[in-house]
Amino acid sequence: MEFLQQFINGLSLGSVYALIALGYTMVYGVLRFINFAHSDILMLGAFAAFYLSPIVEKFCGPQSPVGAILVVILAAAICAIIGTLIEFFAYRPLRGRPKLTVLITAIGVSLFIEFTCQHGKVFGSNPRPFPKLLNDTQFHFGKLAIGSNDVIVLLVTAMLLVGIWFLVQKTRVGTALRAVSYNQQAAALMGVPVNRIISFTFAVGSALAAIAGILYSMKFPAIEPLMGVQPGLRAFIAAVVGGIGNIPGAVLGGLIIGLLETFAGGIPGLSNYRDAIAFGILILILFFKPAGLLGRSTVEKV
Amino acid sequence: MKSLPSSLTAASLAAVFALGLTGCKSGGGDTIKVGEYASLTGKEATYGAAMHEGTMLAIEEVNAAGGVLGKQIELIVEDDQSKAGEPANAVNKLISKDGVVAVLGEFASSRSLEGGPICQENKIPMISPGSTNPAVTQVGDYIFRVCFTDPFQGAALANFANGTLKAKKVAILTDVKSDYSKGLAKYFKEKYLAGGGELAAELDFNGGDKDFKAQLTTIKNSSPDAIFIPGYYNDVALICIQAKQLGIDVPLFGGDGWESHMLLEIGKDAVEGHYFSTHCLTDQDTPKMKSFVEAYTKRYNKAPDAMSTLGYDSAMVLIDAMKRAGTTESAALRDAIAATKDYEGVSGTFSLDENRDAVKPLVFAQIKNGKFVYSATVNP
Amino acid sequence: MLKFGAKRWLFIGIALAIAASFLSPNFNRYYLGVGIDVGIAIILAVSLNLINGHTGQFSLGHAGFMAVGGYFAAWISLKLGESAEVFFPLSLLAGGLFAALIGLFVGIPSLRLRGDYLAIVTLGFGEIIRVVAQNTEAIGAASGLKGIPKLTNLGWTFGLAALTIYIITALVNSTYGRGFLAVHDDEIAAESSGINTTRYKVVAFVTGSFFAGIAGGLYAHHKQFLAPTGFDWLKSVEIVVMVILGGMGRTAGVVAAAILLTLLPEFLREVSEYRMILYALLIIFLMILRPEGLFAFKLKRRQTS
Repeated sequence: MEFLQQFINGLSLGSVYALIALGYTMVYGVLRFINFAHSDILMLGAFAAFYLSPIVEKFCGPQSPVGAILVVILAAAICAIIGTLIEFFAYRPLRGRPKLTVLITAIGVSLFIEFTCQHGKVFGSNPRPFPKLLNDTQFHFGKLAIGSNDVIVLLVTAMLLVGIWFLVQKTRVGTALRAVSYNQQAAALMGVPVNRIISFTFAVGSALAAIAGILYSMKFPAIEPLMGVQPGLRAFIAAVVGGIGNIPGAVLGGLIIGLLETFAGGIPGLSNYRDAIAFGILILILFFKPAGLLGRSTVEKV
Repeated sequence: MKSLPSSLTAASLAAVFALGLTGCKSGGGDTIKVGEYASLTGKEATYGAAMHEGTMLAIEEVNAAGGVLGKQIELIVEDDQSKAGEPANAVNKLISKDGVVAVLGEFASSRSLEGGPICQENKIPMISPGSTNPAVTQVGDYIFRVCFTDPFQGAALANFANGTLKAKKVAILTDVKSDYSKGLAKYFKEKYLAGGGELAAELDFNGGDKDFKAQLTTIKNSSPDAIFIPGYYNDVALICIQAKQLGIDVPLFGGDGWESHMLLEIGKDAVEGHYFSTHCLTDQDTPKMKSFVEAYTKRYNKAPDAMSTLGYDSAMVLIDAMKRAGTTESAALRDAIAATKDYEGVSGTFSLDENRDAVKPLVFAQIKNGKFVYSATVNP
Repeated sequence: MLKFGAKRWLFIGIALAIAASFLSPNFNRYYLGVGIDVGIAIILAVSLNLINGHTGQFSLGHAGFMAVGGYFAAWISLKLGESAEVFFPLSLLAGGLFAALIGLFVGIPSLRLRGDYLAIVTLGFGEIIRVVAQNTEAIGAASGLKGIPKLTNLGWTFGLAALTIYIITALVNSTYGRGFLAVHDDEIAAESSGINTTRYKVVAFVTGSFFAGIAGGLYAHHKQFLAPTGFDWLKSVEIVVMVILGGMGRTAGVVAAAILLTLLPEFLREVSEYRMILYALLIIFLMILRPEGLFAFKLKRRQTS
């Protein structure tokens, strides 16, 4: 029974990681760089919902599903705009520069968002209670407990996974996206609007981050400017474990990290090492499968 | 190969640079300079800011009333960004560059332990508002605190578990990232086991974690009578929520880290019925507290918490000592602070003992109807 | 010419450092403290420059190795008690060697990875080191290691800083050291020319870790208190920024950047609430406007090769 409960706990945590990892993997798949600011967009998404929900509540009433969906869509739209702007101002001027330059810029952007939001005149560093967007009903089956929010997180992750997969594999934009990912210059020569495709990727990635941020805050209803750092890092590891750039891999990695962390967290004497577990898995996986579980290893050619 | 000589030049230049910067004198002036180092930004800014606001209020009140020893007090504040390594520079700057006569700070024991040795070395009195780790004042005879210590609080909590809660089996959930949490857990455990209690389970988390269901599931299966959580309110609120979701219905209890109105706002109905010990409650019916809450609310447009009362008290104890010493000369000031007796502070009446720790009562509170309700006082 | 010139500068640097340490009791302690911070930052930045700059790898775990050396040296000093002062150089050396050992242990497997993968793995190792420190009671666990004797002074710091610069520069400019640059310029080409790239990478990594460990030892005996939270990945980022600001692989620039970035926060104390925001903006603008480093003027690194 305890095992089953931990399994449910792990699945629910892992699906949030998976959702965040999806965004990382999308951007990495196209641009081949780690968007460190992804975790901060997640935080901005949560704060957007925090400020939007009282307004939406006036029209839709408290805890109405329509209102919740409206909040999520608006927050995702806001974050999509922010993500596109970040790409335009900070990353686009660096197109074609060494990867490390872009990586460091991304760290800079991430620190900028975090410290700006921590400033007393912006959000401040105090945690804030996240509004109840939906009523969280707890179902108890014998000794097992499952919350309705956990089920929603799981469903949304599954839906978005299918949606993103469809977008990338079956649509015209997706074809262009894969072309840019494969070879930017060749894609440009074939008439693919590379800049627009990259902006689009950032918009989708940031919208995903916002949705993940809101779901995360529904599960853990205390939001503050540094809230994205920890799940962001874990989700990034999840993306690498699954094979970065690979969409099902991100979900697989997220679930693995979530489950292992939960099982370790429940063992006395091991729970104090929980922070190191995700990294431990990452290092192990990279030694044995440097491209991740589902990633294809590429040989660099001269 | 031009870079080598020039880089060495740079290194030696830096040495010379440091050489050239010799002491800038701290003049007498017409103000008394008091230093404060606090975590105003960074991870623990929420506590640092609350403490700092209390300190500021005290200094402003004293200055408005004409200052002390015929002079106004100038509070020089340094932010240590909640970061290890920073307090040393901040305190060095306060003492050696600004020439402060006394230092107030920090709330976190780990940062007080970094700033303390510098104050001791320079023989500048330091008063910590909220560091409860016993090691802080053991640094030397110039280091004081206006709060109780972990051993005292841990023992009080153990008696509470054995006596009031009559809990035969307690589970402990410790924040391994925090020395405060580990210390409190240790002293609680010693006393609780000695009192005949039994541990159901011992699990750890890392401060700042959001998911505690893994630990709570194990705890739930160990069927404890109560769960002890020595942690800070932001983690505790989420722990309470998740405990409720898992259907845990035994009381949860903890120490002064719980005390914040944010616990109520985030935890909502999930924190209902749980207990904690703290320095004081801001709705206590003492004249000092009433006027403090009124002044604080007027100044900052929000309600204070215990950390703010401690910040306020630390500054007021210093000023009281200055008045009694009649000077700000360091040895005399130190002796005056050490002689603080039956001082009527906002957070309670206390004396400083031979270890320079405040001997003061502790209060227990229960959360009822979304409020902290006074339940008992424990005298030392 | 190289050997003679380099040594002369080294001796001048050390002589200055010794002179400074004799005079230091007269200094204002705040400036003295900041001066030592500068020296430690120079060692950290120059040693990371060997890994990130000269060899072109990307480590985000330098603070972890600093922690290893710092904790180990401090632990020895505390065990020695009274005689810690006599054995101070040996404690520092032991801290450095232990950090190098951990560096070897981390480096051999992870240096097969490239670019951002390596960055994330080293970040991971740095975090694991922090978590281990946090859970080891022998070194104070979360409460930190306190009561470390104050043994670091200007002399030791700048003497060792000069030595670090000398050794690393001499290493890079030696025949052997050409291998680092080859790995930096084109790993595949280097590999094809029969250079054992992994070995060069590991050597760079271990040497870098050794000096990070030395810096950690100096830091421990300077601050007299170590807490695991002081070695999180933001600390590593700080060192990385010094290397980038100075211009990867440009020793003089990196030294200048280390000095600048350690002094800057002290000057920005007045506006402390905006300090970190400015810092983040600095990183972004620097990367966009001067990716070669702030101090990269005419000095082209590869002139001599």
